[in-house]
Amino acid sequence: MTGEPFEPRLVGFLCRWCSYTGADLAGMSRMEYPPNLAPIKVMCSGRVDPTFVVKAFRDGADGVLIAGCHPGDCHYSTGNYKALRRYPLLLNLLDQFGIERERVRLEWISASEGEKFAQVVKEFTETVRALGPLCWKERVGAGAGAPGE
Amino acid sequence: MVKITIDGRKIDAREGQTVLQAAKEAGIDIPTLCHHESLDPYGACRFCTVEVKSRGKTKLVTSCTLPVAEGQEIRTRSEKVKKTRKILAELMLARCPNSTVIRDLARKVGVNRSRFRRPPEDLATITDQEGCILCGMCVRICDDVMQVGAIGFEGRGVRRKVTNPFREPSDTCLVCGACSSVCPTRAIEHSRIRPQKPEVIPFEFEEGMSGRKPIYMEFAQAVPKVPVIDEDTCMHFRTGGCKVCEDNCSAEAIDHEMEEKIEEIEVGTIIVATGFKLYEAEKLSRYGYKAYPDVYTSLEFERLCHASGPTMGKIQTRAGKKPEAVAILHCIGSRDENHLEYCSRVCCMYSLKFAHLVREKTGAEVYNFYIDIRSPGKGYEEFYKRLLKEGVHFIRGKGTEVTDVWETEEEKGKLVVISEDTLLGVRRRVPVDMVILSLGLRPQDDADQVSHLFSIGCAQGGFFLEKHPKLAPVDTPSDGIYIAGACQGPKDIPDTVAQGAAAAASALSLMDKGKVVLEPVRAKIDEEKCCGCKLCVANCPYQAIDYNEEKKVSMVHPELCKGCGTCAAGCPSGAATQENFEDVQIFAEIEGALAE
Repeated sequence: MTGEPFEPRLVGFLCRWCSYTGADLAGMSRMEYPPNLAPIKVMCSGRVDPTFVVKAFRDGADGVLIAGCHPGDCHYSTGNYKALRRYPLLLNLLDQFGIERERVRLEWISASEGEKFAQVVKEFTETVRALGPLCWKERVGAGAGAPGE
Repeated sequence: MVKITIDGRKIDAREGQTVLQAAKEAGIDIPTLCHHESLDPYGACRFCTVEVKSRGKTKLVTSCTLPVAEGQEIRTRSEKVKKTRKILAELMLARCPNSTVIRDLARKVGVNRSRFRRPPEDLATITDQEGCILCGMCVRICDDVMQVGAIGFEGRGVRRKVTNPFREPSDTCLVCGACSSVCPTRAIEHSRIRPQKPEVIPFEFEEGMSGRKPIYMEFAQAVPKVPVIDEDTCMHFRTGGCKVCEDNCSAEAIDHEMEEKIEEIEVGTIIVATGFKLYEAEKLSRYGYKAYPDVYTSLEFERLCHASGPTMGKIQTRAGKKPEAVAILHCIGSRDENHLEYCSRVCCMYSLKFAHLVREKTGAEVYNFYIDIRSPGKGYEEFYKRLLKEGVHFIRGKGTEVTDVWETEEEKGKLVVISEDTLLGVRRRVPVDMVILSLGLRPQDDADQVSHLFSIGCAQGGFFLEKHPKLAPVDTPSDGIYIAGACQGPKDIPDTVAQGAAAAASALSLMDKGKVVLEPVRAKIDEEKCCGCKLCVANCPYQAIDYNEEKKVSMVHPELCKGCGTCAAGCPSGAATQENFEDVQIFAEIEGALAE
């Protein structure tokens, strides 16, 4: 491992209307950003159940990005506000697990903000890289049950 | 119908008409000074006097106050009438010997000088003593029609005159200009009523380069083609009076009681085509817009060279002079990181059009200051080539400043455009008579609100975002809502028409189908698992979930559900799930994404 830089593994829950399209635009516009993030499409940022985030950490993710439409722009009118309200609760939960809050990031990325998407992924990758690997098993314990099991 | 005879001609007049009105309709000219459609007949000037014969007797009566009656015999040109008019003309001439209107009228009836003495002069009046014949039209229109009552009569006999109350400048006068507009001898001097000039209402369509009335046609191709009334300037809405336009409309189509109303129309599809706004020239002060009258925005110049514009298509400076040299400054506001970063796409071509029109109409020298000429379009490059042959000057370099500070004799009294010529590597100073700023296009001020209203989203810069730049250029993320034209991005007329047609076709094809295909993504609630906490009911933004009191569980109305999945994320018992985005499916995705 020594010598080779740590490559964090990131999962991104992107809302289908704004952020996923924004990510698409970043790709279509040939913007460069680190390949560390695996995007998962959800219909709305309001669909992101906190268990998704915990599940991702448990399965080996070092960081999780939740991205939705800008406030007021939600395709489902208020889904992103619900995501915004769940976010602090999720952070409290992570505190209890001993996971750094910086490992979860909530962002508003519109369909036209390909550049912002690339920038967010760049920054987030660097943040998580600086935090180092999550090491779920060491921290939470191998026996800890995971959601969905 | 009432049968009367005027000068031997049999005429059918309408009941209630006056002889003057009946004669006018029949094309018989009776001279008058104090008649107005909106004022009650008054018989002040007495010039419309006619001879009436009834029951064997004749008498002289003013025709404006004489109602028509069956069998009336009227003579408008008899010796008696002519003699009366002569005396009247002499009397008026004695009072107003220098008024051109009165002198012309007197000459018409054969009077050149008056036998009578001029009344004593008194300048404390609002009218030019030379012209006032004391017909009182100004007083009556101000009082009876406009319902302002700022002016009135003072004195009697030879001392009678029109004045302000107490001969003081009036505070009541609204400077509407009605008095001067009705005055038959153009004798009113406005500044004596109130030291303030009647304001010209700037005509919006002509970019304020000409004035309009409070009732006006918005523009020549307005649909529907009917006049509109501007409530802010219409005298009726200021005083409750006036309605002169109603008196003049023979179709009786004007209704001042009509109110603005909001109509709700149920539709299946919507095409958003809200257009663009021209970038503000005021934001680029170095080009001297407003500071120098002969610096024009592109839209102002468009009106100036248009055949129906304020000058009827004559290209001239504000002083009315034919220009000898005209500068067109490209990319003002566009391709400028301090203003609009993007290229506004249409400016190059409209600038070339202006250059061509100026050459054609005035023969003036035209200087184009440009960064790059962007002419990608059918026939566009050819047009550019044609202009090069027409002798239009192209200076490669963005105009940096417009000033009237002259350095050489040649620049004296001209506007000087300063620019770098990047092809020659020199600084240029070009003296011109007119400067046209080719301003960029920006989104409408309320583009944000409109995009929220339709949930269609704005791209960078604020133009509406299409669903896909290549595959769905007129669609939006909201089904049934389409976009067309410059609200989606700067574009010229051919492109706008093409996009409009595409949007209309897309809307039609959706309506023709008569049904909407729903996403296969919907929420469902497992009755077995539901604990009846109603969290999902509160979470749902569409009121698509109802609580069933009988079963004590929540239930989804599938036709209302749009499939956002917020209920599924918030369900504590795992009863609410989202079809095709179920927890297990997303978990599997996470596992797949993180698999070694």
